Amino acid sequence: MSELTRADVAHLAGLARIELSDTELDTMVGELGIILESVALVSTAPIDDVEPMSHPMPLVNVTRPDVVRESLSPAAALAGAPEQDQQRFSVPRILDED
Amino acid sequence: MSNELITASAAELAARLAAKDVSSEEVTRAHLERTEAVDGAVHSYLHVDADGALATAREIDARRAAGEQLPTLAGVPIAVKDVMTTKGLPTTCGSRILQGWIPPYDSTVVTRIKASGMPILGKTNLDEFAMGSSTEHSAYGPSHNPWDLERIPGGSGGGSSSVIASFQAPLATGTDTGGSIRQPAAVTGTVGTKPTYGGVSRYGLVALASSLDQAGPCARTVLDTALLHEVMAGHDPMDSTSIDAPVPAVVEAARRADVSGMKIGIVRQLTGDGFQAGVQQRFEESVQHLIDAGAEVVEVSCPSFTYALAAYYLILPSEASSNLAKFDAMRYGLRVPPANVEDPSAEQVMAATRDAGFGDEVKRRIILGTYALSSGYYDAYYGSAQKVRRLIADDFSAAFERADVLVSPTAPTTAFKLGDKLGDPMAMYLNDIATIPANLAGVPGMSLPSGLAPEDGLPVGFQILAPAMQDQRLYAVGAALEARLLQQWGAPLLASAPDLTAAGKGA
Repeated sequence: MSELTRADVAHLAGLARIELSDTELDTMVGELGIILESVALVSTAPIDDVEPMSHPMPLVNVTRPDVVRESLSPAAALAGAPEQDQQRFSVPRILDED
Repeated sequence: MSNELITASAAELAARLAAKDVSSEEVTRAHLERTEAVDGAVHSYLHVDADGALATAREIDARRAAGEQLPTLAGVPIAVKDVMTTKGLPTTCGSRILQGWIPPYDSTVVTRIKASGMPILGKTNLDEFAMGSSTEHSAYGPSHNPWDLERIPGGSGGGSSSVIASFQAPLATGTDTGGSIRQPAAVTGTVGTKPTYGGVSRYGLVALASSLDQAGPCARTVLDTALLHEVMAGHDPMDSTSIDAPVPAVVEAARRADVSGMKIGIVRQLTGDGFQAGVQQRFEESVQHLIDAGAEVVEVSCPSFTYALAAYYLILPSEASSNLAKFDAMRYGLRVPPANVEDPSAEQVMAATRDAGFGDEVKRRIILGTYALSSGYYDAYYGSAQKVRRLIADDFSAAFERADVLVSPTAPTTAFKLGDKLGDPMAMYLNDIATIPANLAGVPGMSLPSGLAPEDGLPVGFQILAPAMQDQRLYAVGAALEARLLQQWGAPLLASAPDLTAAGKGA
C-alpha cells in the first residue's frame, strides 16, 4: 500500500475538521506511517471469499410505539451550548460571503 | 473502624448494611476520607461528589430504618468511569473538549446504579475517550498504580482500577473496547469483566467504537464483580443493540464456584512467546489450580488471532472517527475561535476547536480512521479488517466447540513505568493483544489476579473468555480459581500492596 505523505495527512486532517499545526503534522506523518505498516498485516490474512463482519451480533431494526414520551426540556438541551439565542443553538456563519 | 470499612468487600458491606450493623453514611464517609488521604498521590478521580454521595447514603439509611426492602447493594458506594453520563455531575471523557460539561441526562448504567440505591462517590479518570492503555492520554494527567506510583494503572479504565486497588471504592464501572476493563484489572491486582456485547446498555456511554464498546463491572473479588454485573446488565429499549434476554446467572455461578467437569481451553496463540516470564509462570500455576479443582484442560488454536491487533486498529479508528464527528463546537462542549481569522466560518471554528480540544492520541486515531474509510483505501484497510473480524469470530466458534471457556494471561507484561511507551504508539497498542479478540467477536471476558510476578513483585492477570451470553461461566471459573489462590496466599493479593497513607505522610 502506498506511503502516506505530509500533504496526505494535511488533507485527511482537513476532512476530519482538525486544524493541525506544522509541528503536529510532522510528528503525525511518521507515527501514522508506522501504524499503517503494522495494520497492513490484515491484507495478508486468508480473507478471500470471507464475508465481512461489521458487528458482533445480527442487527435488527428496533422500533418503539409512536407515542410521546418524556424528553429533554429546551433549557436542558441548551444548557451545554457554547452560545444560544432565542431558545436555539447559535452558530458561526455557515456560508462564505461573495 | 474506617480501615475495616474500606477493605471490606461489597458483599460484606451489603450484608452489614442489611443487618443495620453499619450505616451507608458511615461506609460512604470512610471511603471519602480515604480519598482525601490517598487520591492526591493516586489521582483516580476527575471529580468527587462528596455531598451527592452522602445525600444518597442518608436517604438509603432512612429508607432502611423505615423497614423498606432494598436492593442487595443499596448503600454500597461506587465510582463511575467518566465516560458515562451523569445528570448534574461533570462528564469529561478525559478530554478538554468536554471540560465542564454537565450532561442533562443519566446513562442507563447510572440510572440502574441509582435505582439500586448506591451512592456515587465520583467520576474516575481515563485515557481521553477511552483511547489508551495507561491513562497517560487523559487531558487531566495520569492515574497512578497503587502498587508502585511510578507505574501505569492500565487503561483506559485506570481511574476505576486504581480507585478500587487503593480502597477508595469497593466497586467501579468500566468500559471495554479492546481491554479497558481487563488490562487495568490485571496490572492492579483487581477483577473486571467485559460482558457479552449487548449485555449492558450503551445508552449514555460516550461512544468510542460502537461495535466494540461494552460497559462492565470492576471490583476486588469475583463475587463483588458479579453483584455489580447484575446491577448494570439487562435489556434496555434505549439501546438498539441491547440483548433482549435474561441476564446470565452470574451471582449464582460466583457463589457455586464449580468447575468440575468443565473443559478449559488454552489458546496457543495467547501464551508463551511475547509474554513476560513471571506472567506466563503465574498463568500456568492458575491452570494447574483449575485442574486440581476438577477441570479438564485442552489446547486450542486460534490462528486468526495473529491478525486481531491489526484488524482492531483499523476498525476502532474508523468507528471512532465517525463517532467523534459529533464534537463540532456547536451544541455542547468547547468552542474555540481560530487565531487571526476575522468572522470565522462554522467549519473554521470546528477545526480550531477540535485541534485545541482533542489530544494527540485522539487526533491520531481520527485521522487514521478517516484514511481507512477513504475511497481507494476502504477495501484494502477497513474491508480487509472486517473480513479478519469474521475469521476471528469463526476461530472462537471452533474453539468453543472443544472447550467451555478459553484462558490466557490478560496482558503480556506487568505494569510498566509511566512515560515508557508514550512516544511509541505501536508498543502501547501491543498491551491489548490478548484482550482485543473478545471485543472483535463480542464474547465476554474476565480478568482476575493470578499472583505477583516473581521478577518485579507486580500483579499478573488471568483472563477467562466464554461464548456469547455464557457470562456465568466466567464467574464459575473465576470464583473457583480465586478460592484456591486465596487459600494458597492466605490473604487477598491487595493485602500485600504498599500502604499509601504511610507513603503520603513520609513524602
